[in-house]
Amino acid sequence: MSQLERTFKAEFEKLLREKAEELQQKLDDGDLNEAVNLIQALQEARDQSLYQEVGRLTRALHGAIRNFHIDAAKSESVENISDMTDATDRLSYVVEMTEKAANKTMDIVEESIPIADTLSNHAEELKNEWQKLRNRELNADEFRELYWKIDGFFGQLDQDTKSLNSHLSNILLAQDYQDLTGQVIQKVTGLVREVEASLVDLVFMASQVESITGVAHEEEAPVEEDMHAGHGPQIAPEENENVVSGQDEVDDLLSSLGF
Amino acid sequence: MKILVVDDFSTMRRIVKNLLRDLGFTNTQEADDGNTAWPMLQNGDFDFLVTDWNMPGMTGIELLQKVRSDDRLKALPVLMVTAEAKRDQIVAAAQAGVNGYVVKPFTAAALKEKIEKIFERVDAS
Repeated sequence: MSQLERTFKAEFEKLLREKAEELQQKLDDGDLNEAVNLIQALQEARDQSLYQEVGRLTRALHGAIRNFHIDAAKSESVENISDMTDATDRLSYVVEMTEKAANKTMDIVEESIPIADTLSNHAEELKNEWQKLRNRELNADEFRELYWKIDGFFGQLDQDTKSLNSHLSNILLAQDYQDLTGQVIQKVTGLVREVEASLVDLVFMASQVESITGVAHEEEAPVEEDMHAGHGPQIAPEENENVVSGQDEVDDLLSSLGF
Repeated sequence: MKILVVDDFSTMRRIVKNLLRDLGFTNTQEADDGNTAWPMLQNGDFDFLVTDWNMPGMTGIELLQKVRSDDRLKALPVLMVTAEAKRDQIVAAAQAGVNGYVVKPFTAAALKEKIEKIFERVDAS
């Protein structure tokens, strides 16, 4: 509220008080004619104040709506008129990116596991035969066989560790989604913050309209939480005592229920 | 052992399936919410149900209640793997007859422990 508006409101209040006292006085004196004139004057003052306020609110509302980033002129379709729709698209992009990255990582891990398993099995096999060699339990043929097995294993080792290496760097690369989605989320967070500020302005304006027009409404009953719906991940479980902070607390709670 | 994994995120289903495979359970099927899971449960001979809570369509807790009130399925072991971490919810799941509750994010060890515990109890009864 500007200084001018505050002064205006204060003056209106002062006028109300003065006229009310005067009205009481006139009524006490029995001067009904003058009393009616006073009521008329009060009505006019209220109307004028109301017009002034409505004018101010209209301007402010216009500003607030502009702050919602709704720009119908620039876009062709109705669905695409605000940054909010853009934000929805951006968030869908985040879901898509994270899903892709998760699948890519799991693909590579699933490819890598059998390679590591085979290597480990061959190494185990060679280790056993090597032990036999050290214990001098191998005959010449078996030794020759082991010789070529080791030779083959080195070749396989070279090839497989190279591919494991490349898989690991691909897993590393797949984490680039964090940077990209992080930037998108930060943009959306910024927008949400702006929209929140605009909404607070709107609520404030609505409350002023109510006070000046004398509109009163009943408090709505708080909406009951739907137990079935689910709340999704808790962002700060330690700040909410209704929320468990990990598996240990779940286990404690369940065992207190006899699980 | 035939297991149904229900989660609306395919990546989470994949993670759970992979962990189950590591535990030696290779016969798994997937559903993306309670509505898809229900006919599968009725038609297939599943031995175990792993379900998320928060899903579009039918949620996990509704699926659990449906399973418990179905004559043929009421004894099916159900493990809830979910990000839902409110005490009221865990109590509600327990009252609805869940056999285990794992909160996301979880470790392979936690999942393994709960699954083993469930089967120990099922085998004992």
